[in-house]
Amino acid sequence: MLSKRIIPCLDVKDGRTVKGVNFVDLRDAGDPVELAAQYAQQGADELVFLDITATHERRKTMIEMVKAVARQLNIPFTIGGGITEIADAEALLNAGADKISINSAAVRNPKLIEELAKAFGVQFVVLAVDTKHVDGKNMVHLNGGRLITELETENWIKQAEDLGAGEILLTSMDHDGTKAGFDCGLLHKVNQMINIPIIASGGAGSMEHFTEVFQKANVDAALAASVFHYGEILIPDLKQELKRNHIPVRI
Amino acid sequence: MIGIVNYGAGNIFSLTAALERLGLEYGMVNTEGDLEKYSHIIIPGVGHAGAAMKKLNQTGLVQAIKALTKPVLGICVGMQLITEHSEEGDAALLDIVPVKTKKFGKSLNIKIPHMGWNQVTPENNLLFEGIGDNAQFYFVHSYFIEYNPIFDIASADYGLKFSAAVQKDNFYGVQFHPEKSGKAGEQILKNFSNLSL
Repeated sequence: MLSKRIIPCLDVKDGRTVKGVNFVDLRDAGDPVELAAQYAQQGADELVFLDITATHERRKTMIEMVKAVARQLNIPFTIGGGITEIADAEALLNAGADKISINSAAVRNPKLIEELAKAFGVQFVVLAVDTKHVDGKNMVHLNGGRLITELETENWIKQAEDLGAGEILLTSMDHDGTKAGFDCGLLHKVNQMINIPIIASGGAGSMEHFTEVFQKANVDAALAASVFHYGEILIPDLKQELKRNHIPVRI
Repeated sequence: MIGIVNYGAGNIFSLTAALERLGLEYGMVNTEGDLEKYSHIIIPGVGHAGAAMKKLNQTGLVQAIKALTKPVLGICVGMQLITEHSEEGDAALLDIVPVKTKKFGKSLNIKIPHMGWNQVTPENNLLFEGIGDNAQFYFVHSYFIEYNPIFDIASADYGLKFSAAVQKDNFYGVQFHPEKSGKAGEQILKNFSNLSL
């Protein structure tokens, strides 16, 4: 049986991981390679690196980081942030990234999804969607939730699947940072509509939240950042807890 | 030393990185003469099986590969290439292992592609030496190799039972990505490099 995946997400700026990370035996918490290897060893099934670099040097720095990670890491990883054209994606693929995630560039130019899927296969293309509840509707947002679009989340995801997205990373901006649990209702609804894997994101605060999102929304994977980085949830403990609840995981 | 068939079907950075981590030496196979230089041959592959076969045909290596008697390992689409036929592009393939590559049907009520870690049940085979019965490997594919007990050396379930690994004589294939499958995957690469025929 296919296992449910646990995915730590790492923010990267100028080739260094940011946000506090307090693994005790980490020599350099800002070193993406060391951090990635640590997560892999703990049993993470996959990693997502989100590039928040804003400078012109971003692509070059990112490629170097991706290569360094790919040399060391023996599990798959996704790179997101700042990918706007085929050339960006190709450079990341050649540097060893397994998937790329696109967000605002796809909203601005939905054809990008199709082009990427044609060039590299659907399995390479993750569509990240930031969603927020507005006046009874789920609306797609950009810029970390600050900018609302005219797209309704459910419609956009369905369109993206038709265009060739291979996976959906759905972040609830209402739940993100609250540590009150994932948006199981919306995740379940979206999951019913599509035939590609969906990663739940936003709201993880406890191990129960992971159990809940797998049981209620039957998502394929769950992503979190701070609960892992700050050591509030240890991946081996989480996997055991999920297993106790009869959720298929890799141990 | 391992030779990697360099025919342009997909990126091999992760594969070479895994071999480097394991301290396994490798080189590229571009010509028929190169096949002689190595004790083991890997056929990598990502993407469309029909397109990959076209690229392999263009290298002019097909007959020489089929005639190999040293250990050969096809990975993912590289595994599909050693089968007889793929529904992907209705393509005739190398036909080394007489089984077919088929598409996961929507009627199976599964998500496609099959992506993620899945449990593999290995037979008693040197390629899976030291791999536990519940080991999991990382898969990414929309087409699968039909289960045939004669050639199957490891099976997996996704809507149906399919071959996660096959063998015929010196030819081996794995559908999963050993280079992305943690320690279990690294063990497969190590075991392959230790095969002697």
